Amino acid sequence: MISNEAKKEIDIWVSKYPKGRESSAVMQALTIVQKENSGRLNSDLIYAVADYLKMPAISVQEVATFYENYNHKPVGKHVVRFCHNISCMLNGSDDLISYLEDKLEVKTGEVTKDGLVSVKKVECLGACVGGPMCQIGDQYYENLTTDKLDKILEELK
Amino acid sequence: MNEVCFKNLDKENPASFATYEASGGYQVWRKILKGKLTPDEIIAELKTSGLRGRGGAGFPTGLKWSFMPRNQEVQKYVVCNSDEGEPGTCHDRDILRYNPHSVIEGMAIAGFVMNATVGYNYIRGEFMEPYYRFEEALKDAYKAGLLGKTLQGSLISFDLYTHLGAGAYICGEETALLESLEGKKGQPRFKPPFPANVGLFGKPTTINNTETFASVPEILSRGGQWFADLGVENSGGTKCFSVTGSVKHPANFEVPMGTPFSKLLELAGGLKEGRTLKAVIPGGSSTPVLAAETAMNMTMDYDSIASAGSMLGAGSVIVMDDATCMVKTLTRLAHFYYDESCGQCTPCREGTGWLYRMLQRILDGNGKKEDLDLLLSVSEKIEGNTICALGDAAAAPVVSFINNFRDEFEYYIKNGKSILEGEHNLIEEATSV
Repeated sequence: MISNEAKKEIDIWVSKYPKGRESSAVMQALTIVQKENSGRLNSDLIYAVADYLKMPAISVQEVATFYENYNHKPVGKHVVRFCHNISCMLNGSDDLISYLEDKLEVKTGEVTKDGLVSVKKVECLGACVGGPMCQIGDQYYENLTTDKLDKILEELK
Repeated sequence: MNEVCFKNLDKENPASFATYEASGGYQVWRKILKGKLTPDEIIAELKTSGLRGRGGAGFPTGLKWSFMPRNQEVQKYVVCNSDEGEPGTCHDRDILRYNPHSVIEGMAIAGFVMNATVGYNYIRGEFMEPYYRFEEALKDAYKAGLLGKTLQGSLISFDLYTHLGAGAYICGEETALLESLEGKKGQPRFKPPFPANVGLFGKPTTINNTETFASVPEILSRGGQWFADLGVENSGGTKCFSVTGSVKHPANFEVPMGTPFSKLLELAGGLKEGRTLKAVIPGGSSTPVLAAETAMNMTMDYDSIASAGSMLGAGSVIVMDDATCMVKTLTRLAHFYYDESCGQCTPCREGTGWLYRMLQRILDGNGKKEDLDLLLSVSEKIEGNTICALGDAAAAPVVSFINNFRDEFEYYIKNGKSILEGEHNLIEEATSV
């Protein structure tokens, strides 16, 4: 269920915590296995992580459903996480989110027909001086305009 | 400007080990490793400096460090709170990206003072660029023999690790952060016991914010008095402010405490063309909003902002102009707290939902006359009735927005639309610029 590469990566995190405290690595373990599974978790993966970290499955399930960054429904290959909070809103994030929805013909929370992109409205991503902004993968895109969004979308493959 | 945490900002490769060392970095730590500085001296210097916790609560750092039972023979921990996520706040991100070594040195010094040999920096899960930057800095510090065990032939050891979050504002609350570090849901703990007694893995722990740790090396190298003199009474030193919203050039600025708000506004290029100031949130979304005139008369320090009726908080200045609809803005903030409430305490879990739904109803044009009083009453019932400060933080904007701009809310309820869409149609005017 969990690939050897993923296990190696999880082990690096486990090594940061005292012996017997493997469960501290659960958040990263879930992030790692989610990445390997097209960006979403399922109950098999949750059981597998629980098994690997010797945790009760319910504790892993709790973590997996508490934090925002775990997905339990299908997402696009790329998830555009768009901040809609105050500093971004004051600089036009709502219009840009609408623009994105129209252009991709999806509503926030949905995936494009080709499965390439999904759009998610999120709370503050901590880059307020660069608002409006969004996150795709590991990267932040700041001071967005419709032109910039067009270019960013073009590059998503 | 930019004298402490941002002092290398204008240099090439500000984040590099070489830049940090060349600007006097790690000198304090090396002095400690040579046995030339004692924990008591460090605490005394921090007390003189007037440094207060930069994460929002403003608790004196020197005092906090003195609470740790340093002579107790158990494992102790130092934890850095880099879970920055308060709407309007983004300066810790820049410290991690451009001055990560100051955080490392600050944490190592804290470890020495409190006799803690292990530290964790909890970085929010979305901050991947800051995370990679910090990890690189860690590698360099280990390579230089400044982190690890029995350093440079001394008896001092300090190991430092990063931990990544996964999206939860509540983990910025220190005990929720500890829970999260232990691999659990981020739900705040009941206090007492405080983390200094029962913290991470049940062991004594001190948690400080990124900016606080980053300030420590410079304070110790230039002296507590030097730092205190940069600021004003009760608010020593400099502070990083994020200035966002309706300004020409939103940016982070590190300025002396006590800088007039008007000066900060000027630094950010002033208001957008043709607009006038309407309101300011001085310390991040959890602090009460102030009307323009009050804000223009305040200076950026703990006491002045408190007497203006708000809080310095995390130093996140959100500027609103005359085209800002206060009903819409408050609804957005209410949604944030509704989304981020951890669900542990009933008044917050249920109350934040009530606040959001009532405000959304007003925004949809279905508000009722009695809604405003009901909003205030729900806020009052949340305040002070929850384990952590998130409940208070959710109530503060509601109360202050309604108290300062009641007319606007009443207009919206009566007419089913914003006062700005009335005669002047400021909203259209602003978006067409």
